[in-house]
Amino acid sequence: MTEKMLADFTVNVNEEGYLTDPSQWNKEIAVALAKEVGIEELTEAHWKVIEFLQKEVKENGKLPTIRRINKVGGIPTKELYQLFPDGPLAKAAKIAGLSKPASCI
Amino acid sequence: MKKILILGAGTAGTMMANHLNKKIDKKEWSITVIDQYKNHYYQPGFLFIPFGIYSEKDVIKEKKKFIPKGVEFIQSAIEIIEADKNQVKLENNSVIKYDVLIIATGSKIVPQEIEGLLDDGWRKNIFDFYTIEGSTALRDKFKDWKGGKLVVHLAEMPIKCPVAPLEFLFLSDWFFTKKGIRKNVDITYVTPLGSAFTKPRAASVLGHMLDDKNIKIVPNFNISHVDSKNNKIVSLDDKEVEYDLLVTIPTNMGDEVIERSGLGDELNFVPTDKHTLQSKEYENIFVIGDATDIPASKAGSVAHFEGEILTDNILNFINNKPLEKKFDGHANCYIESGYNKAFLIDFNYDVEPVEGTFPLPVVGPFSLLKETRINHLGKMAFKHIYWNLLLKGIPIPGIPPHMTTKGKKLN
Repeated sequence: MTEKMLADFTVNVNEEGYLTDPSQWNKEIAVALAKEVGIEELTEAHWKVIEFLQKEVKENGKLPTIRRINKVGGIPTKELYQLFPDGPLAKAAKIAGLSKPASCI
Repeated sequence: MKKILILGAGTAGTMMANHLNKKIDKKEWSITVIDQYKNHYYQPGFLFIPFGIYSEKDVIKEKKKFIPKGVEFIQSAIEIIEADKNQVKLENNSVIKYDVLIIATGSKIVPQEIEGLLDDGWRKNIFDFYTIEGSTALRDKFKDWKGGKLVVHLAEMPIKCPVAPLEFLFLSDWFFTKKGIRKNVDITYVTPLGSAFTKPRAASVLGHMLDDKNIKIVPNFNISHVDSKNNKIVSLDDKEVEYDLLVTIPTNMGDEVIERSGLGDELNFVPTDKHTLQSKEYENIFVIGDATDIPASKAGSVAHFEGEILTDNILNFINNKPLEKKFDGHANCYIESGYNKAFLIDFNYDVEPVEGTFPLPVVGPFSLLKETRINHLGKMAFKHIYWNLLLKGIPIPGIPPHMTTKGKKLN
């Protein structure tokens, strides 16, 4: 775990640049993290995904699946891929200050 | 007479019947277990069947053998759980009332969830190894397979036994090496996750394993459909992977009765308190094993650890005492790696798999996150422990339900 400056805030990140303390997250940090994964601007549609992920983790203690983002969050999977190309769940989780999608090992 | 009703006589439900039968006041309470199937499967054994290490006789026994005397067993499908009326309706429309319900209906693969998976290639050059039918069909296929592109594919998380795809890869590498045709078998792992090992400590210790065994990986692949005419799988963002032989772990879901009863999430898993194992919606419904939505692994060891805690909580509940928030997400899994060796991991909600020894500090005998012969012997001995101790609710000496940090290298 290392300290890092993001948008003038000092945050703790792991070796892949994910925040390790969700309480350090704010919207300016999110914008900086988005740039790291190649997303230049966070639109309203991006924020809808980010807020859904944060709400789910708070309520259920785990990241929702792409299926759940579609069925419960109401965000079509095609749109999710357009918003966060390549690895949408990993990218959106990073920007939201959450842990990456993982298995047990 | 009051009733505890257990739905499902798999690993979790059978253990609960045995635990409660020993602890409940029989003058006041009766226990009934309902399951639609006659046979109990030792599911960890399915992994070994395609490679000829286990056969049907190792993994199949009658469910009834493991239900204790004094517990009623009904073999029937369940039409619906009517939670508002505290009753369950069976397929013949008979109604069973309950005071306390334990849902242990498990999870299973649902190949229908993936477009094209059940088309022409199914069980011809597309197989699963999560069912007895799939694993035995794959064994027959492997017998005379001359080689080609073997693609091991994981559709989406969560799955039962999350380490099984890795074990399958390692065993394939070993199996085809022994057969002398490894050079003709191109092995690729296709996963929706970013890497094969997703936890930092495991990744740093084991990250090189796929490379060492010449197994390729295609990460971040979320499947859209199977094109079985052209033998390729296609992702949601139009990536394609060709196969000659596809071994897939399709979407895992809870039982349809959960959906029919309106008790589940989008994958038919029941929203459950991750520490008490009480349903979030109904206070007299408890959920155990793969049927829950809790962020623990779907694995027999988890059901085993949950079982001891849930038994206490059911006794608390019926005696009007507060529930204990005791389940810590503890899981303990062997990872078979071929060449008669295996890894062992032991972890919970808060502590990822790390190196060390288990169950005792220093002397082990098992090594955590390390490949050893003794770990492999532990895995092979587990079949006996499962049939003779675990299902009968007999505690395994030296292994309490909570994870211990003793013997673990935490920093």
